[in-house]
Amino acid sequence: MKHIISMLMENEAGALSRVSGLFSARGYNIHALTVAPTEDDSLSRLTLVTSGTAQEVEQIVKHLNRLVDVVKVLDLTEGSHIERELMLIKLSATGDLREEYKRLADIFRGDIIDVTTTTYTIQMVGQSKKLDAFIDALDSGLILETVRSGTVGVLRGEKCLHV
Amino acid sequence: MEMTGAQILVNYLEDEGVEHIWGYPGGAVLPIYDALDTDAKKVSHILVRHEQAAVHAADGYARSTGKPGVVLVTSGPGATNAVTGIATAYMDSIPLVCITGQVATSLIGLDAFQEIDTTGITRPIVKHNFLVKNVDDLAITLKKAFYLATTGRPGPVVVDIPKDVQTAKSNYAFPQEVEMRSYLPVTKGHSGQIKKAVEMMLSAKRPILYTGGGVILGDASAELTELTHKLGFPITQTLMGLGAFPASDKQSVGMLGMHGTYEANLSMHHSDLIIAIGARFDDRVTGNLEKFCPDAKIIHVDIDPASISKNVLVDIPIVGPVKQVVTEMLANLEKTKLKSDEKALAAWWAQIEEWRATECLRYDTMGAKIKPQAAVEAVWKATKGDAYVSSDVGQHQMFAAQYYPFDKPRRWLNSGGLGTMGFGLPAAMGAALAFPDEIIVCVTGEGSIQMNIQELSTCLQYGFAIKIICLNNGFLGMVRQWQEFFYERRYSMSYMESLPDFVKLAESYGHVGVRIDNPKTMTAQLDEVFSEKYKDRLVFVDIITDQQENVYPMIPAGAGLNEMILV
Repeated sequence: MKHIISMLMENEAGALSRVSGLFSARGYNIHALTVAPTEDDSLSRLTLVTSGTAQEVEQIVKHLNRLVDVVKVLDLTEGSHIERELMLIKLSATGDLREEYKRLADIFRGDIIDVTTTTYTIQMVGQSKKLDAFIDALDSGLILETVRSGTVGVLRGEKCLHV
Repeated sequence: MEMTGAQILVNYLEDEGVEHIWGYPGGAVLPIYDALDTDAKKVSHILVRHEQAAVHAADGYARSTGKPGVVLVTSGPGATNAVTGIATAYMDSIPLVCITGQVATSLIGLDAFQEIDTTGITRPIVKHNFLVKNVDDLAITLKKAFYLATTGRPGPVVVDIPKDVQTAKSNYAFPQEVEMRSYLPVTKGHSGQIKKAVEMMLSAKRPILYTGGGVILGDASAELTELTHKLGFPITQTLMGLGAFPASDKQSVGMLGMHGTYEANLSMHHSDLIIAIGARFDDRVTGNLEKFCPDAKIIHVDIDPASISKNVLVDIPIVGPVKQVVTEMLANLEKTKLKSDEKALAAWWAQIEEWRATECLRYDTMGAKIKPQAAVEAVWKATKGDAYVSSDVGQHQMFAAQYYPFDKPRRWLNSGGLGTMGFGLPAAMGAALAFPDEIIVCVTGEGSIQMNIQELSTCLQYGFAIKIICLNNGFLGMVRQWQEFFYERRYSMSYMESLPDFVKLAESYGHVGVRIDNPKTMTAQLDEVFSEKYKDRLVFVDIITDQQENVYPMIPAGAGLNEMILV
């Protein structure tokens, strides 16, 4: 099963490589990983998507907690949460396709954010599944480039991940 | 007080109470070596002959004393040579602080002379590491390094200090306190879980205590001994845990695992409750996990939550320091009205005694060749079982573990986790420095000893009167044994050709060399080696042993604990 693991870590050089190194050393999967500073300069927020049995994911969380630079770890998928991913997708868009892509982007609530005579770049935000569905709706031969941010997420309601 | 980074380091180490540094100088640590010359009052430096040995020696010092070992090496090759030592300490959770020099910050990333990404290379084999880029951060970073190395589950910490940080100036005051929001080691086990565990122990019919290196690291030997006596249960110890409970006590059923005793492994396999304390269900202990102890419930006490339910699912996990948890268990036992099932326990012991009666450690004592087992037993007798014994890795390591029963903790120094050949001699140096009046033995083989033989020179310089017991069978014995069992006796590259004359070699280093090749004279010769005559001398004892001897019992890879090969 897919798990979204979110953590706060010290904003120190090498902290990211400690996390990624742990995953490669112990043979755990990383499907996506995203990291950026928070409103507190001393902390970074890292979100990663992994998969495994409940026992494996429990072990992953324990090992992440053991890293000295990691302050707090939370498996978002254990509770009610919101997840989002950003995608930029560049399409070859000529002739009738231009109108078709415009309609399709509207249906998926995407925005065309760059236009040339032969291409569209569409920005789309949503759960990863929705972005997958959009890609599936396109002729893959006409996709020029896909960039995805990886999933980020927060707990629903007043619960927070904080120090 | 304003001083250079190098002076801050030396003054910090003195204020931290460090007595000894093991190291080797080089370009990127010259300012530190200069500060050792100008500023060091109490701390002494031991010059090794190879950086790997510096780390093993600091490690041996830490294992035998419980204090953190301290290492100082230069950048580049100095750091990479230290890597095996650091990994060895990491696998066995030994507290070390390893100071490495680094090229100046302005040169980092430019492939400078003797530059290597030390924090990058050591990241997977340290508890934590630091690159100090600002001299103002140096003292607090060192404080954190010692705090991390010695608390929680101990481990090695590397502090990489660029040369310009060593020469830059800052104000120094010893930091009294350190706080890290991201590192909060557990100080107390969960009382509810401890209570439940005690109830489970008292209702067990075929219980066994399975204890490991964590008991020694956590200084909980006395508490464990009391608990074991109070419960009256059998106890088996891992390779790393030997000595935490006296081997001569009748409740001890010996070591378990791949080369464990028949009674220990069968008691584990047939138990209905395993009380694991400071042990981590290593693959050399469990054998095939699918066949592991089918009827047993498991209580697991460990300071590291990541060790619990890693290999084997546990019924009652207790995260906490062994000493505190066992103390609380004792208090619970005192209070509770529950009683253990004496009748079931008596039946259990009767069964265990039957297994013990097979005398699985028996060996042929009539032959014309020296049996390695006999050599270790003779050393045990000659040292009255009270020496500090280091070992290298291989058959001799297992013979030492099986035939030198330890009654005290911190006496047995061996690389259990990483299995590092070359560990024995430098580790013995660490113990020799800490305990100059005690008997220090290094049990080794002709293969392993050559991996750090250069330290014979260090031993002469500092007067380490180690007794090296080299079980010389002309083979990489454990490799040979596996080739005999599993590779149809194709002894590929396991025969040691062109061996040096170890007696002459020892003499050329200024030590005493003794060769023993006759079982009839062995005891007398060993008695002389351990006599007053050589009290202050290193003696290299080259014992020519039976080439064909194997370590038994043995659990082949993939088998269960009840599937031992006995002879």
